[in-house]
Amino acid sequence: MWQRLFTLIRKEMQALLRSPQSRRLLIAPVLLQLLLFPFAATLEVKNSTLAVFNQDGGAASIELVQRLAATQAFPHVLMLHSQQAMQQVIDRQQALLAISLPQDLSRKLAAGQSVAAQAIIDGRRSNSAQIAYGYALQVIQQFAAEHSHQAPAARLVVQNLYNPNLEYRWFVLPSLVAIITTIGCLMVTALSLAREREEGTFEQLLVSPLTPGYIMAGKALPGMLVALVQGCIIAAAAVWVYQVPFSGTLGLLILSMLCYGLSLVGFGLLISALSSNQQQAFLGSFAFMSPAVILSGYMAPVENMPLPLRMVSAVDPLSHFIIIVKGIFLKGYGLAEAWPQLWPLLAIAASTLALAYLMFLRRSH
Amino acid sequence: MNPSMTASTDAIAIRLQAVSHTFAGRPALCELSADIRRGVITGLVGPDGAGKTTLLRLMAGLLKASAGSIRVEGLDPVMAGDALRLQLGYMPQKFGLYEDLSVLENLTLYADLRGVTGAAREESFQRLLAFTDLARFTERLAGKLSGGMKQKLGLACTLLGSPRILLLDEPCVGVDPISRRELWRMVSSLADGGMAVLWSTSYLDEAELCGEVLLMHEGRLQYSGSPQALMDSMQGRSLLLQDIAGNRRQVLQRALRSPAVIDGALQGHAVRLVLREAGVLPDLASLQAGPDARLQQVKPRLEDAFIDLLGGGPGGDSPLTEHMPPARLPEGVDADAVIVAEQLTRRFGDFVATDHVDFRIRRGEIFGLLGPNGAGKSTTFKMMCGLLPVSSGAARVMGLDLQQSASQARQQIGYMAQKFALYGNLSVAQNLEFFSGIYGLSGARQRAAVADMVRVFALHPFLSMNAGELPLGFKQRLALACALMHQPPLLFLDEPTSGVDPVSRREFWSHINGLVDKGVTVMVTTHFMDEAEYCDRIGLVYRGRMIAAGTPDALKAMVVSAELPDPSMEDAFIALVERDDRQREAT
Repeated sequence: MWQRLFTLIRKEMQALLRSPQSRRLLIAPVLLQLLLFPFAATLEVKNSTLAVFNQDGGAASIELVQRLAATQAFPHVLMLHSQQAMQQVIDRQQALLAISLPQDLSRKLAAGQSVAAQAIIDGRRSNSAQIAYGYALQVIQQFAAEHSHQAPAARLVVQNLYNPNLEYRWFVLPSLVAIITTIGCLMVTALSLAREREEGTFEQLLVSPLTPGYIMAGKALPGMLVALVQGCIIAAAAVWVYQVPFSGTLGLLILSMLCYGLSLVGFGLLISALSSNQQQAFLGSFAFMSPAVILSGYMAPVENMPLPLRMVSAVDPLSHFIIIVKGIFLKGYGLAEAWPQLWPLLAIAASTLALAYLMFLRRSH
Repeated sequence: MNPSMTASTDAIAIRLQAVSHTFAGRPALCELSADIRRGVITGLVGPDGAGKTTLLRLMAGLLKASAGSIRVEGLDPVMAGDALRLQLGYMPQKFGLYEDLSVLENLTLYADLRGVTGAAREESFQRLLAFTDLARFTERLAGKLSGGMKQKLGLACTLLGSPRILLLDEPCVGVDPISRRELWRMVSSLADGGMAVLWSTSYLDEAELCGEVLLMHEGRLQYSGSPQALMDSMQGRSLLLQDIAGNRRQVLQRALRSPAVIDGALQGHAVRLVLREAGVLPDLASLQAGPDARLQQVKPRLEDAFIDLLGGGPGGDSPLTEHMPPARLPEGVDADAVIVAEQLTRRFGDFVATDHVDFRIRRGEIFGLLGPNGAGKSTTFKMMCGLLPVSSGAARVMGLDLQQSASQARQQIGYMAQKFALYGNLSVAQNLEFFSGIYGLSGARQRAAVADMVRVFALHPFLSMNAGELPLGFKQRLALACALMHQPPLLFLDEPTSGVDPVSRREFWSHINGLVDKGVTVMVTTHFMDEAEYCDRIGLVYRGRMIAAGTPDALKAMVVSAELPDPSMEDAFIALVERDDRQREAT
């Protein structure tokens, strides 16, 4: 019994690893995304341009402009000389944020009066503009506080728990563990079964004494193995290359990767049961992938979504796994903390596998 | 008007001079010279991998020859591609019909592509639809047409714009004998009208009808000229051994051991032999064919000549026979009913694909399912090996119901599919290990089984090669090896020799004959009429029902008439199907 299962798994691994192309195809995308994602999918605002229309020209206003220019967010400062120019730089997307300092800024500050500066934000780039605005606001408030003669009435002291310096890579890389393994695992399960259908080897399996359960397990385990290896590569790179702290245990990470792999394999087999050739399986995998990533909470917080989408997100294995991986990396999750997300993964796996098995039986019998 | 249209009107449409072609260092065509004339069908004949498609693609200007010169209507097909496009109709093996478009939409699309518009388009559509007899089906989706009708539509699309040269790449693959004859008649009439037609095929019986043939093997031209002249050269060397008493398979085996015989095959109850030299007969006594056995001269076939050109057949002894143990039946299994279909029925919605079919197959018997495409042959076959559930009735092997104890029943089955379902990206050795493994062989037993198969089928030089890159004949050997590794007492073969060369086919059947002598029971579906002759009994399936069953000779005897005193298997097939059509119309 074990020997037949082993034969199936060995065949799958041989097919995956035999030709240099397929070996490259397993590893190259992982490495490529590992190099690209942490830099490209940045959530910070850096290297943006700030436009300033300084109508004052006094010492205080020059100091303020210098302070703004000194932040990482705005290495480029564009000095403007008219109100129209402000409009133009925003229109042409030459600057993300334009600030106009009034004529009497230095005088009013010196007199201890309150000052109103105007900011124009490019709403088309709402998210990054908001962040840029936040930076600018911070600089200006601090500047104002230093120049004011009275202590502020209240002050907020912020401590960023789990990611004290708000390093966005600490957030991106653990999520990447989840996203990249999704692709590898789906391809191995959904596409390879579809290929066997196309090439007729599937019938050859069906006339053998193997039961549908064996055939499915023979596809599922290699898929999980691929997910595990790819996930470990990314996790290792996150820790040793990108210096993301790893505060949980390796055992729990592997266990949850296996649970996640199992739930993915369920979807993969379901897709392959619904498709009759590789093309359909490929499209099916993508039809699963994109919403799975969007609803996972990687791009936008799940809590902000309308209720129906939140419900869909609950059956999205990626959304659970991202929470677990982030927890293991950053929050030192143990089994107890991970369990509320682990059991949904197992439940998803159980239902998709059962459904795939039924479809499989119906199609083969 | 295009200047080249008027340029060459001589009898030769295509001239090949010392054409060679290599793919990534591998020679596909070797120093080929030939002329293709107008007004006849020239057969481009050879097994798969002989270089037929490469040659056609070179002529169509889709490939550039590595060496030599090709002149189509006096022009280089690559350089003068635009000038030739409308004069040349090329129908590739899988013609690019859009399955989700209707017949008319497909025609319109190809008319647009070939620039046939306006009144000329209306006129050609009418003419071609009438010609191909597709006028009734213009609204039907191309994907819903039968294999024969698809080919006719492909032909109609190719004929748009009235080409002067027609290149057809295996137009009869997957087409049943009746549609094959129709397609042949159509193309013949085109050739009679002065068109130059090149018809590629791996069926040698089809090639016999051609005006001229180019006989190819492994990229080399073995013969070019009239097929009749080639067959005449074999005069006196083809014999039929009739009135055999005893086991005709063993008689064939003994005959093939004789140095006087270069090839042999079963033909119904008789054995057909090809002699090395006319007049030098094998010793009749050593054949042990019984007291009444007699040798009679028969008309040579093109296949006899081809095998002669290739240096003779493979001999009758299968090393497999020495290796396989006798197939034993489990306790309590009736040796007369090893494979049983009882009122076997399969419905797909309203459509009855298999309609109350009954048969029983004895131990050590070869039972063939024959029938036109879509007749229910494959459906029946699939139910018998457990690939398709039955709607009603029963399918049993070795007394086991395939529905209830599927896994146990399937351990008894060896299955070889039409397309040689091997893992193309795994090596030969990995395929052997995999297929032995899933049948539960492990450890020393597995190693021994793999080693035996490697020895029997001479696979040693290919062990580390990808199965997908094997020559076709070796793919077939590997597929058979994979099906036999667990020494099954039952063997299911689905069109097992499609496209392989005649020598490999002989060899394949010598293995099967050897297995049958060991008590293995074989069920086979086939399109090849000469393959049907190897069967002990044939069930002819048509429109879901078994319309006739019996020995090959019995089926032929059913259709003997004044016009057909000595019908071939194909004649019998067509006559029986047509008779059934008439009976159904009458009721």
